[in-house]
Amino acid sequence: MLEIKNLQAGIEDKPILKGIDLSVNAGEVHAIMGPNGSGKSTLASVLAGRDGYDVTGGKVLLQDDDLLDLAPEERAREGVFLAFQYPVEIPGVNSAYFLRSAVNEIRKHRGEEELDAMNFLKAVKAKMKELGLSEDFLKRPVNAGFSGGEKKRNEILQMAMLNPKLAVLDETDSGLDIDALRIVADGVNRLKGTDNAQVVITHYQRLLDYIVPDFVHVLYDGRIIKSGDKTLAHELEEKGYDWLIRDAA
Amino acid sequence: MSAHTDTIDEFVASDYKYGFVTDIESESLEPGLNEDVVRFISAKKNEPEWLLEWRLKALRHFEKMESPTWPHVKYPPVDFQDISYYSAPKKKGDGPKSLDEVDPKLLETYEKLGVPLHERARLAGVAVDAVFDSESIGTTFKEDLARAGVIFCSISEAVQEHPELVKKYLGTVVPYTDNFYATLNSAVFSDGSFVYIPKGTRCPMELSTYFRINAANTGQFERTLIVAEESSHVSYLEGCTAPMRDENQLHAAVVELVALDNAEIKYSTVQNWYPGDEEGRGGIYNFVTKRGICKTNAKISWTQVETGSAITWKYPSVILQGDNSIGEFYSVALTNKAQQADTGTKMVHIGKNTRSTIVSKGISAGRGQNSYRGLVQVGKKATNARNFSQCDSLLIGDKCGAHTFPYIEAKNPSASIEHEATTSKIGEDQIFYCNQRGLEPQDAVNMIVNGFCKEVFRELPMEFAVEAQKLLDVSLEGSVG
Repeated sequence: MLEIKNLQAGIEDKPILKGIDLSVNAGEVHAIMGPNGSGKSTLASVLAGRDGYDVTGGKVLLQDDDLLDLAPEERAREGVFLAFQYPVEIPGVNSAYFLRSAVNEIRKHRGEEELDAMNFLKAVKAKMKELGLSEDFLKRPVNAGFSGGEKKRNEILQMAMLNPKLAVLDETDSGLDIDALRIVADGVNRLKGTDNAQVVITHYQRLLDYIVPDFVHVLYDGRIIKSGDKTLAHELEEKGYDWLIRDAA
Repeated sequence: MSAHTDTIDEFVASDYKYGFVTDIESESLEPGLNEDVVRFISAKKNEPEWLLEWRLKALRHFEKMESPTWPHVKYPPVDFQDISYYSAPKKKGDGPKSLDEVDPKLLETYEKLGVPLHERARLAGVAVDAVFDSESIGTTFKEDLARAGVIFCSISEAVQEHPELVKKYLGTVVPYTDNFYATLNSAVFSDGSFVYIPKGTRCPMELSTYFRINAANTGQFERTLIVAEESSHVSYLEGCTAPMRDENQLHAAVVELVALDNAEIKYSTVQNWYPGDEEGRGGIYNFVTKRGICKTNAKISWTQVETGSAITWKYPSVILQGDNSIGEFYSVALTNKAQQADTGTKMVHIGKNTRSTIVSKGISAGRGQNSYRGLVQVGKKATNARNFSQCDSLLIGDKCGAHTFPYIEAKNPSASIEHEATTSKIGEDQIFYCNQRGLEPQDAVNMIVNGFCKEVFRELPMEFAVEAQKLLDVSLEGSVG
């Protein structure tokens, strides 16, 4: 599904990612953990194509496409979804309208018929019920005036509606209370299927009590210094990162 | 790395769809401004003596005035002797008696502008007065309106058919001495629309005037007068376009609204004069005076969407003379390329319990400069006057500017005046967020801008709200690289 080969990237002249290799198969959930400043969010940004990062080497293949050749909206249409650490507010733009535009851009790209307002509403309301979200979300402007938890839940709703091949969750758990965390985790678990994959970036092991990863990777100083299964997360919880960093040095 | 480096930094030309020229023989005056020109225009229109006198008084007054320098706009001085003050499509014989006799080229022009004056207009349910350069070329739905007692015609026609009404109200809201451009207009105004709604009548349809400047080196000086008798109601819309030319053209209009007791006038403008190119060459100088007066319990509401013109200089105002009267101003002003706008409103509270609301949304892109200038004035006797003002500015890119000049004068201690202002920038992160959901950068900008303008758009009549949104999209075309 996703093949990252020796990816190097930075901001201006400062290298941040110093050669990342990662292979994610369909049906898998990978967790990427690591201390602050290790390059976790940079990795998410580079995968989605955010401006301001210079890719200096390596490849990122989603199925057969090299993502790095595509504009951010093209990556989105190919099935890359980034759940933002800080979802952006767009005042005055109705959430339902925004989401329908996004859904239809992606449907158009896939050669599917666009959803009219009625069918979209039906679909989104069903999804909201599944996720336990309140319908007044749809009437409000995109993320404007939302609490931190509401913003994250809105990300999960968008993810559920866009049905991505590759979902990258960038510290989606930060600042969430336990109820919100459950909703977010539940959304991710519902999405999980044999034809998609998820990369969950998190600072804490807490989220991994709810989303059980197939693989856990530790990112430090722009490199993956350790990979393992879910037990690695528990080990990190107990021992912290220092022992790994010492080993890596 | 991606094709979208500096997403909101690059600005390329967007196409102005209405920039074509209609090839039609017209009758134009030689450039120049003097008494003969004023007499010519007045004679051409077969005007009564009092109106000619009024024009001449304005001309004499104008000759003593100097053009204002306080607006926050820059342009070379206008040579008023270099402008032709009258141009009209040449008439065959006595001129058209009905729309069926109007030159097909003119009808085609309006068709191309999306303002059909023929059969299809009937479906639209909107009565249109079409003004081409200095002349009104026709008004639709006249008979239907006449049955309701509504008069809707060109002001030249009103001078002939209803001189008593014109004489009673012309210049009562904007006197000929009012300001530089209004005085010029009073001397040389050529045509415009006239609306009269009788007592207790709700105008059965939307009224609309479509202004088109076609001829080169011509100024357009239209004068619009709307009188709403007691307890009447009217909604009026004006639209404007002009061909693309390298020279600047002057448009100095005057609009007067009179809302008598319990009457309501809703006046909407979608202004899309040619804005000039990226370098600031060409485009319309839109120097306009618009003002309304409200008697007891009356209401006047101005809604404007301004996307065109090289320079916009206008302050649709309301004089709240009657007790309990209401004034509203909703505005979206967009400046892209090298456009400049200095626009806002004046709310003059004279009566008791008068209320006013101002919502201004300024959008600056390219090298556009956008200023809000507003005055809220509360007189000594205006007990319990209330005003709420909200001025928001949105910046796209880093070469444009937004400025706010709010003036508040309160002479009555019971007045309540609130002013809120915000300036925000369309962030790369907002655009990226939309991109990440599959939306094109341009669609993202359009969506963000439309969201920003929502409070104003919802004040527009339904069919025009859609138009306005499209217009904004077109005006922002190329605003992201």
